[in-house]
Amino acid sequence: MTDAAGDRPGSHVDLSELDDIPGTTVFTAQRSRKGYFLNQFCMSLMKPENRARFKAGERAYLDEWPMNEAQKQAVLARDYSAAIAEGGNIYFLAKLFLSDGKTFQDAAQSMTGMSSEDYAAMMLAGGRSPEGWRSIKEGR
Amino acid sequence: MARITAGVTTSHVPAIGAAWDHGKDGDDYWRPVFEGYEWTRRWIGEERPDVVVLVYNDHASAFSLELIPTFAIGCAEHFEPADEGFGPRPVPPVIGHPDLAWHMAQSIILDEFDLTIVNKMDVDHGLTIPLSLMFGRPDTWPVRVVPISVNVIQFPPPTGNRCYMLGESIRRAVESYPEDLNVHIWGTGGMSHQLQGKRAGLINREFDEAFLDKLTADPGALRKMPHIEYLREAGSEGIEMVMWLVMRGALGPEAKELHRHYHVPASNTALGHIVLQASA
Repeated sequence: MTDAAGDRPGSHVDLSELDDIPGTTVFTAQRSRKGYFLNQFCMSLMKPENRARFKAGERAYLDEWPMNEAQKQAVLARDYSAAIAEGGNIYFLAKLFLSDGKTFQDAAQSMTGMSSEDYAAMMLAGGRSPEGWRSIKEGR
Repeated sequence: MARITAGVTTSHVPAIGAAWDHGKDGDDYWRPVFEGYEWTRRWIGEERPDVVVLVYNDHASAFSLELIPTFAIGCAEHFEPADEGFGPRPVPPVIGHPDLAWHMAQSIILDEFDLTIVNKMDVDHGLTIPLSLMFGRPDTWPVRVVPISVNVIQFPPPTGNRCYMLGESIRRAVESYPEDLNVHIWGTGGMSHQLQGKRAGLINREFDEAFLDKLTADPGALRKMPHIEYLREAGSEGIEMVMWLVMRGALGPEAKELHRHYHVPASNTALGHIVLQASA
């Protein structure tokens, strides 16, 4: 995006900067398009009858959706990092882990590579410091 | 004439709802979270707002990827709690104010904001947890609610400046409604948090406290903050804080801080809550 709009707020957002944040996937148009059916599958779990059908046969239920194999494998493995790499969004994926009886903390922790004990301790100690997590190219 | 007298912001962390619904609000972990709302519950009991204009984001509950309104206004008679994957929260239905909401929709659209009008939508934790935090466990909510939904999930959300301007337009709309109503405006979401990737768990107390300070001291600076700064400093989900600027814009040029509560952690999130008195 250029600065042609002058100093209007937001006009300085360069979409390439969104991929400069370490360990972060911003839900851009491109990712939304890629993850469309993965995310819509997750939405379907808001209905109890769909949850029951999914739990009774996960693979068969997934096969009703035009998702790619990597997306289906990510769901079956509850691999949320892989699901996000395939265009999943955390608020859609929440329908999946909440229907499993898991929490946002369980899901977030699972993507960090930390144990649940270490993650919980980090949060109790004030969370992850932004130092070193702001920019890849600027190393800050 | 209706008037906006106060603004409230609060985080709407799902785990707060779960703790509340399961009676864990007295546990060691949760007590400090809920204690920060005791002042507000007493205050709001005395203020007795008739209507809350409740600015929140739908978390892929009413709006899937099929339809993504940047700004939407709920004009229905009532809104049911959404089933987010484990059944709806056990809270009363949210009672709307269709007459005011339709008036606001007309006023705001003619004021050049292209709002989406919604006549049927379920409301998720983003809207119902703030009600629980302010009003406890009543059989029916003691206020009517005009929901204003803001897209903060699909990039890009509206800019902070646009959110502030919507707030200003909401104020004009409310003030042109003939009935004598005491109206509060709430902004929900935030503060710093990230729920995904290797950076999950990010908390930035310094950023959050500066943001809270600037709501009264320098809202003009917050209006200019670009998305990338929220994302870098406050986490990928911290961008929800643009919704607080809708609240701030609706309070008029001057706002006075009445109460503040900040606590880490509430699950993955820095919980922030502030009560502001509107310009006279």
